[in-house]
Amino acid sequence: MTTFLAQNGALLLQGTAETLYMTFFSTLFAYVLGLPMGVLLTITQPNSLMPAPRFNTIFGWVVNILRSLPFLILMIFILPFTRLIVGTSIGCNAAIVPLTVSAAPFVARMVQSSLQEVDTGVIEAARSMGADTWQIVCKVMLVESVPSLLRGLSISTITILGYTAITGAVGAGGLGNLAYRFGYLRYQNDMMYATILLLIVLVCIIQAVFEVISRRADKRNR
Amino acid sequence: MIEIQNLTKTFSDKHSTVHALQDVSTTVYDGDIFGIIGMSGAGKSTLLRCLSMLESPTSGKILLNGVDISSLKGAQQRAIRKQMGVVFQGYNLLMQKTVAENVAFPLKLEKNDAKAVEQRVTELLQLVGLSDRANAYPAQLSGGQKQRVALARALASNPSVLLCDEPTSALDALTTRSVLDLLSDINRKLGVTIIIITHELEVVHSICNRMAVIDESRIIEQGDTKTIFEHPQSPIAKLLLGKENRT
Repeated sequence: MTTFLAQNGALLLQGTAETLYMTFFSTLFAYVLGLPMGVLLTITQPNSLMPAPRFNTIFGWVVNILRSLPFLILMIFILPFTRLIVGTSIGCNAAIVPLTVSAAPFVARMVQSSLQEVDTGVIEAARSMGADTWQIVCKVMLVESVPSLLRGLSISTITILGYTAITGAVGAGGLGNLAYRFGYLRYQNDMMYATILLLIVLVCIIQAVFEVISRRADKRNR
Repeated sequence: MIEIQNLTKTFSDKHSTVHALQDVSTTVYDGDIFGIIGMSGAGKSTLLRCLSMLESPTSGKILLNGVDISSLKGAQQRAIRKQMGVVFQGYNLLMQKTVAENVAFPLKLEKNDAKAVEQRVTELLQLVGLSDRANAYPAQLSGGQKQRVALARALASNPSVLLCDEPTSALDALTTRSVLDLLSDINRKLGVTIIIITHELEVVHSICNRMAVIDESRIIEQGDTKTIFEHPQSPIAKLLLGKENRT
């Protein structure tokens, strides 16, 4: 055990750091794109704030198509785009591009489902007070759904963490890359187990932290 | 003054057509506490939703001080909405915001000075008797307290009209009493015209000076509360008031 850690500890630490790096920035950018998409998907529904049924249907289809592409295929498919943005197609920074593109529509649906939970009565109350659409989105829908949005964020983060492992197989860094290079290509089972253990620990920590935060943020259970 | 003229509202979809309101006309004078009473499904909630511009009527007019508000849109509609407060049966408070933040909500829609907002919120909470719960969240309040918060919020922008949709229907008798007392207090102190939709006779009897009885989407009787209570004309009013034996 000690010899294993002495030999591979630095590598595993670096892998963990890279995984967290990719997860953090991919999640961040996925929300930058996905949050407005989710808002748009919600408010353009019939009977919502800005009904636009045709746009809603088409946009919904676009989101569905993006979501139905398997991540590995999408990653290869958008390689030229990745190169255009990051300047290279390998490494952690390059992995963030397909991770973001793939997660954004997923995040959009998560956000949409959170926003749809907001009580229509509260939205009507805001309308009756003379709030405009922008104010209702910012001051009512997003605020009232904070606990649910946080739970969605934890699911998205963990999903993206899982996807970073796949990018490891095609040249990005992280724990997935270690598992692939040492565990798969060189039959080093101990390395494989170590990465799996680390991934499990990361997922548990993220889940637990978000659980606490979202419970604290919810003013309904006091 | 609010004049409702030949208001009709029809809901229709592929399968059916529902006449929620048919040719409803009535006048509410400034300073009135006007009760609209009817059984479930009579159309009274639709009437209130038309008044609060959450629903636009199929035909007819609603004149607020001579201006037809039923056809307004966008910024004009939002401006009129600030002259009307609405209180809902289900309170409809922001659950993630404190009592004070809920009351401040309509004030913060405008670019109001933070100090002025704070002062107004303190005033309003005092008016509804909840000064000590300013930092509580709605989930920590009783039904009656929640309705008081909703009332304070509805009054925040100094409306000339307060629309109440079954404001006491979710409350017990004692709490109902205190909310009604508060409403008539507000009417007297602030001179706000109040329209109350209800199915409870007690509500109309105790605080409304004028009333209308609505049944099967039409107003079938209206006038002084006292007169109607003493001499109901229509069979449905007689039935509601228990002046006629059920057959």
